[in-house]
Amino acid sequence: MAYQCVVCVKQVPDTANITGDAMKADGTVNRAALPTIFNPEDLHALEAALAIKERFGGTVTVLTMGPPTACEVLRECLYRGADRGILISDRRAAASDTLATSYILSQAVRKLGQYDFVFCGRQAIDGDTAQVGPQLAEKLEIAQVTYFEKLVDLTGQKVRIRRNVGNGWEVLEAKLPVLVTVIDTANEPRPAGARRVMRSKRCRSVLEIGAAVNAEMPSATDEQKKAEVEKRAGEMRSAGLLLEVWNLDDIKADLQWCGMSGSPTKVNRIQSIVLTKEGFTKVEATEAAVSKMVHELIVDHTLG
Amino acid sequence: MIEVNRKGEVWFFAEQEDESLNEVSLELCSKARELADRLKVPMCAVLVGWNVRELSYRLIAHGADKVYYVHDTRLENYRTQPYARSLVQLIHKHKPQIVLFGATALGRDLAPRVASEMRCGLTADCTDLEIGDYTDIKTKEVHKDLLMQVRPAFGGNIIATIINYDRWPQMATVREGVMRMIAADPKRSGQIVEERIEFNDFDLAVKLIERHREERKVNLKGARIIVAGGGGVGSKDNFALIHELAGVLGGAVGASRAAVDSGFIGKEHQVGQTGTTVRPALYVACGISGAVQHRAGMEESAKIIAINWDKDAPIFGVAHYGIVGDLNKVLPMMIKAIRARGSDAIAPEIKPEGVTAPAIR
Repeated sequence: MAYQCVVCVKQVPDTANITGDAMKADGTVNRAALPTIFNPEDLHALEAALAIKERFGGTVTVLTMGPPTACEVLRECLYRGADRGILISDRRAAASDTLATSYILSQAVRKLGQYDFVFCGRQAIDGDTAQVGPQLAEKLEIAQVTYFEKLVDLTGQKVRIRRNVGNGWEVLEAKLPVLVTVIDTANEPRPAGARRVMRSKRCRSVLEIGAAVNAEMPSATDEQKKAEVEKRAGEMRSAGLLLEVWNLDDIKADLQWCGMSGSPTKVNRIQSIVLTKEGFTKVEATEAAVSKMVHELIVDHTLG
Repeated sequence: MIEVNRKGEVWFFAEQEDESLNEVSLELCSKARELADRLKVPMCAVLVGWNVRELSYRLIAHGADKVYYVHDTRLENYRTQPYARSLVQLIHKHKPQIVLFGATALGRDLAPRVASEMRCGLTADCTDLEIGDYTDIKTKEVHKDLLMQVRPAFGGNIIATIINYDRWPQMATVREGVMRMIAADPKRSGQIVEERIEFNDFDLAVKLIERHREERKVNLKGARIIVAGGGGVGSKDNFALIHELAGVLGGAVGASRAAVDSGFIGKEHQVGQTGTTVRPALYVACGISGAVQHRAGMEESAKIIAINWDKDAPIFGVAHYGIVGDLNKVLPMMIKAIRARGSDAIAPEIKPEGVTAPAIR
């Protein structure tokens, strides 16, 4: 029995390697100064889906929501064995919080039609909320299994999954379709396959083609540019290299639930992390000084 | 338009497993009490399970005015959907203005499902909560007495204050170990309200087949003293000194992510944003540079000693005592000084033989 898997992935700023330019003087984040990466746990979600496809047959379709540059993560998925990548990109989706994001993703999954699994990474490193997975499951009105560690059994429309709950594990049985969030200890994501890279590295979305045409033909009229984009997109499509882009109209999203208006959480204030403590007692690296410090800690009852 | 409710009770979800309350539940209880007092509304716990009525008394002693108790054999073990159904039905029925959850594995599975169904806001992993007013910049409209939800974001590089004023309830998950727990008052009285929830087949479709729990081997949260090592420790062998110092201090061993990633020690020792948040009486940071992700997990410690060869390491910014120097020299000095305090802890100048440290004035 073959299974249709959907994987939701995200391109994120590399928050683990923040450099000096990343924070602006006013305490906001300078996203442009940050390199972007494939959200780490989403690679594990992709791997879980690819493993099912290999063992049971079926397809792996990848969805991502973001600006045109997010096509890069779709190509990364194709290099690893995904069959289809779709970018959901729309200015009206900007400033979506987790609730609005999960609504938009749910509309995209519904447009795909029949599916058995939706895989997500447990959380993305830019927000660390771990909310989109469960919220997407609720919007799709399907069951959720979070913290996937291992596929125990998959027979017909029933799946058994071992999940890691921190202080132990449990095995849940769910009927398909089901949404699964995957943690980084679940599997070892495969590297890109050389032949797949050769085949898919020229894949582009119409948004990327548009940006390239703008850069290459700065003096052309809008109409000339439009014609050129259409021509190139047509060539890509017939070569099977055009990445699909859906906007909010394509997925029949109700705009009141998208972007700013669909996001109940608002940011009131942002502070860059500043150290609040005023200085500290300097202790020389000598036996006398260390011993004096230990004595002070005993006197103030920190020790003993 | 969605009705906004700012008059209701303050609620928290009392997380229990195997008939015992998770510690974060009592931390939430203290915080919820504080918020409810500020808003002058009742504070209530939602307790879901089977045969756990006893736990209500503990919640009341810790500050709850009321416990909504959902009692059903099908709720003995946590499953997302029946628990979410319970909360959603109770929220519709009683209309609380605030609902808090612990940011545990369970809370982070449950709260988003509930928030999605309520179409309300949810802020993850808050490190502080307070009540305050917000003035809309465009409309100049003042929203009074909102829940200010403070959380680190962007890998801990920024602190964001999140609000939600146009939906209800205001919901947040709260990081374990950061809210101070107030002492229980066994004389407090409160009300236990039993609730019945109707489930449908879909709510109960996921089955728990097997369940395994293990004791936490490393008890960082309960430790009074933590000696933690970072990448600067240099090797697994050098970590022996960290273990030795922790041993003489009767403390637990912690680690930064760099030390864990380098394979010096297991992940269960990790302190920081992706590890455990701690607030011991004493935290000794050895060879830890003090990335924000680490500091977020330990800076509330009562006393912090930082030892690092790099005088510009950010860890010194949160330290009370700072020693710039080589760990392999400083740690033996500390071990020696602590062992040397002997039987009379107040007079460390009385040293056993062989100790060359000069007397303390």
